[in-house]
Amino acid sequence: MTREDIACQATLPRLSRRQAMWGGLGLGITVQFMGSRAYADSQGALAQKRLVVIVCRGGLDGLSLSPPVGDANYSALRGAIAIPGFGEAGGALKLDDTFGLHPAMGATHALAVKGQARIVPAVATPDRERSHFEAQDVLESGASVVYGTSSGWLNRALEAMGPAGKVKAISVGPTAPLILRGPIEAASWSPGGAAGVDPRLPGILGDLYAHDPLLGPALASGMATQAMAKIAVADVAQSEGMMTDSQVNAGGVTLAPVLRQGLPQARKLGATLAAFMTQPDGKQVAAVSIDGFDTHANQGAAQGQLALRLAYVDAFLDGLASGLGPSWNNTVVVLATEFGRTARVNGTAGTDHGTASTALVLGGALKKGGIVGDWPTLAQARLFENRDTAPTLDMRGLFKGVLRDHMGVERAKLDTQVFPGSAGVAPADGVVA
Amino acid sequence: MAIDHDLKSAIAVTRLGLGAKDGEIAAARNDPEAYLIAQIRPEGADQPQTNAPTAAERFNEFRAYQQERQAAKQVGDAKTDPVKMAARMLRDDTGVDFVARVRLAASTDAGFRERWALFWANHFTVSANKLVTATVVGPFEQEAIRPHVFGRFEDLLVASSSHPAMLLYLDQAQSIGPNSMAAQFQARAGKHVGLNENLAREIMELHTVGVDAGYSQADVTEFARAMTGWSISGLREPDAGRFTFRDRAHEPGARTIMGRRYAEGGEGQARAVMKDLAASPHTAHHLAVKIARHFVADDPPPTLVARLQRAYLDTNGQLSVVAKTLITSPETWNPTAAKFKTPYEFLVSSWRAAGVLPQDIAAIAPVMNAMGQKAFSAPSPKGWPEEKEVWCAPDAVIKRMGWSEAFAAKAVGDRDPAQIAANALGARLSPLVAKTIARAETRPEGLSILLMSPEFQRR
Repeated sequence: MTREDIACQATLPRLSRRQAMWGGLGLGITVQFMGSRAYADSQGALAQKRLVVIVCRGGLDGLSLSPPVGDANYSALRGAIAIPGFGEAGGALKLDDTFGLHPAMGATHALAVKGQARIVPAVATPDRERSHFEAQDVLESGASVVYGTSSGWLNRALEAMGPAGKVKAISVGPTAPLILRGPIEAASWSPGGAAGVDPRLPGILGDLYAHDPLLGPALASGMATQAMAKIAVADVAQSEGMMTDSQVNAGGVTLAPVLRQGLPQARKLGATLAAFMTQPDGKQVAAVSIDGFDTHANQGAAQGQLALRLAYVDAFLDGLASGLGPSWNNTVVVLATEFGRTARVNGTAGTDHGTASTALVLGGALKKGGIVGDWPTLAQARLFENRDTAPTLDMRGLFKGVLRDHMGVERAKLDTQVFPGSAGVAPADGVVA
Repeated sequence: MAIDHDLKSAIAVTRLGLGAKDGEIAAARNDPEAYLIAQIRPEGADQPQTNAPTAAERFNEFRAYQQERQAAKQVGDAKTDPVKMAARMLRDDTGVDFVARVRLAASTDAGFRERWALFWANHFTVSANKLVTATVVGPFEQEAIRPHVFGRFEDLLVASSSHPAMLLYLDQAQSIGPNSMAAQFQARAGKHVGLNENLAREIMELHTVGVDAGYSQADVTEFARAMTGWSISGLREPDAGRFTFRDRAHEPGARTIMGRRYAEGGEGQARAVMKDLAASPHTAHHLAVKIARHFVADDPPPTLVARLQRAYLDTNGQLSVVAKTLITSPETWNPTAAKFKTPYEFLVSSWRAAGVLPQDIAAIAPVMNAMGQKAFSAPSPKGWPEEKEVWCAPDAVIKRMGWSEAFAAKAVGDRDPAQIAANALGARLSPLVAKTIARAETRPEGLSILLMSPEFQRR
C-alpha cells in the first residue's frame, strides 16, 4: 500500500485533526480552548475525555523516579544510588524544595513546569506482601485482596461509564493486561499487523468462530483495530516524515519487532497510541504496560539501567503528549507500579521489594498543584517496617479520584463495582481540574 | 467419563504432547495412557542437539567480553568493532540454543516428555532479559532442568538454585552476609556490601511453598542470610564460571525460617532449608495446582489437584510418579479442550502438523516477539502466564492469522490440507472445520483454516 492510498482513505479525519494541531501550535492556547469547547458542546463532555493508565512492572523505585533530594535522610539511605541534588551534575530536576524528577525525565519535567505533571510520592496498593505477582494482581484487579476478582478495574470502570461500546478502550502490546480484561470488550494493538492477509481468511474464520466466546470477539476486535491502525501508523509516519512501506505493510512474515527498547521507538509508540485516541470514534481509554523495573542490583543513579528505563518512559510520554495535540487538554495519564523499593540501598547497589512508591499523573486536564498526598519523610521512625517508604495514600483512592473527576464515574459505582468493598477509601480530591 | 480410543489418542498427543505429527495419533491409539507413560524415563528429558558449551564456558566468554569492553572504554570507546562483534557472537549463541530447542520440539517422538521439561523450565524461569543471562539460559535448561525432570523435586530445586544462570538472574551471586568476613573486609575499605534477597524470596514464593504458605518478610530475610555464599567462581579461580560456595561471604550463625531452626552449616545450611521447603505440603499443593493448570485447565479440577498432591507427598516429591498420576487421572481426559495454546505451543504444533523443521532464528524471533512470547525472555521470574485471556488478545489473533497464512503458503506444497487436518487433530477435528477446509479455494487457504481453527488453537 502506498502513501497515497492511505492518505485517500484517511483524508478527511486526518486533515481536520492536523489543522487543529497546527493551529494550536501557531496561535497558542486560544485555538485549543475554542476547539475543545466547541467540540465538547456538540459531542458531550465525556466523549472528549481521554484516560491512559501506564503500569510499570517490576516495582518502580519511587525514590529514583521522584527523588526527595531535599529530605534530610535521602542521600544517606541511598548511598551510591542517590540522585544528586538540584543543580549538581546529573542532579534531580526540581519540582519543589523537597522533590525533583529523575534527570532522565526531561520531557515530563517540562510538563510539570507547566502544571501538566504531578507526583504522588507515597502511594501503595492495599497489598503488603512485597510479591510482584500479588501486588500486580491487586493493582490491576482493583480488589482489596489478591485474586479477589478475575477482571480488571479499568474494564469495570468502562462498564460504569455507560452501555458497552460507549467508551472504547485499547491496550498496547500483543497480550491482554489484567487491568483491561473483563466483560467490556477492549481492543489490543501492537506494531506489525495483518495488512498482507487475504481478505477472504478473516471472513471464513469469522464464520468458524461464530459460537466461540473467546476467538470470535477477539478476531472481530482485532480486525476493527487493524483498520484504525492503518490510519494511525500512517499518521505518525507522515508527521515524522519517515514512513516506509514496511511500517504499514507489516503483516505476514515480516512482522516488525514489538516494543523495541530505543528512545525513538518509544516516542513513536506513544505517538501511535495518541493517533488511535484522536481518530474520530477513537479509543478514549488506553492501558499500557512497561516492564523492567525490578532493580535488585546495579540500579545506577543519574545513569545506569534504571535511568535507561525512565528515559524510555519519558520518551513514550513525550510522544503521547505531543501526538494527542489539542486532546491533551482533555487527557489524564496515570503511571503507577505495584510497589516501591527499600529506602536503603541493598548490598548489591540496588534495592529490594518495598511498599509505597511514586505514581505520576499527567495531562492538560490536571489541576495545578504540588504533590498529591502527604510525604511521610524518610526519617527512620517513619519508614514502614523500618524499611520502606510508608504509604500515605491508597492507590485505589488515586484511581477513584481520576475516574470521578475526569470520567464522571459516580462514587457509589466506584465504591462497589469498580473497586469492590472500597467505600472506606475516599477518592483523592484536587487531582483533576 | 468413558471416552473412546480415537478421541483419547487425539487428546494424548495434542493436549499432553506438543501436537500431532503425521501418524502420531494412530501410534497412540492402541493404549493412549501407555503411549505417554512410556515417555517417562529416569535419565530425564531429551537434550536439544547443539554443540553448546557449558554454562561455565559461556559465562567465562561473557566475562572476557566484559573485560574487553572495559579496556576499550578506558581508551575512550566502548563501541569498537571487536567489542560489538563479541556481543553479537554471544547473542548468536543464544539464537542457536533457541533454534535447537524448537527443532527438538518440532521433531521429537516423545512430545509429553518435552512438554514436561518445558513446564519445569518455565517453573524455574531464567529470562534472557540481560545479555549475561541470555548467554547461559540455554545451558541452564540443559544442565539444571532436563536431567532432573523425572527425578526428585528436591534435586531439581537444588540444581536450579545452585546453577550460575539462576544465581545471576536473581542476583544471588553477589549477595553477601552483612556480618561475614567479606563484608567486614569491604567495610574497612569503606565499601558497603550486603544481602540481596531476590533469589531467596522467589524460591519460597514461586519455586516451592508459594505466597500463601504463611511466611513473613523475616523468613525471607533469614533464608537470604542462609543462602549467602552461594556464588560463582571467578575467572582466575579453579572451576571458573561454576558454582562455588564462598565461606567468607556466608552470614555466620543459626537461622530460623518458617518456625524451624537451622544450625550454622556453611553451604549445607541453605540445602537443609531447601530440603524442608521441598517436603512441605504447601509445595506439594502449589506444584499440583501449577501442573494441573498447565496440562488440563486454567481453572484446574480440585480432584486432580488432590491426586497430584497426594502422589507428591506419598513419594517425597518423585516427579516420575507425579507425571504418571497426571496421565492416569480421569480429569486429564476431559473431552473439552480447555487450554488455549501459547505462541510457542501454537508454532511448535503447526510445525509438527505440517512436517516442517524450523531453521533460522532470524525468521522465528520476530514472530515470537510479535505474538508476545519473546524467545527465552519470560517477563518475570514467574515465567510465562497460562491464562487464555492473556494469549487470546485481539492483537494476538491477528498476528497468528497473519503468520498462519504466510506459513501455509510455504509449507503446504502439493499436499491435501484435509489429510493434514485429519492427521493433526484426529477425532478432535469437528465436522464444521473439516467441511470448511474441504471447501477452501486453495491448498494454502485450507492449511491456514486448520491452523486458525478453534480446535487447533486449543489443546
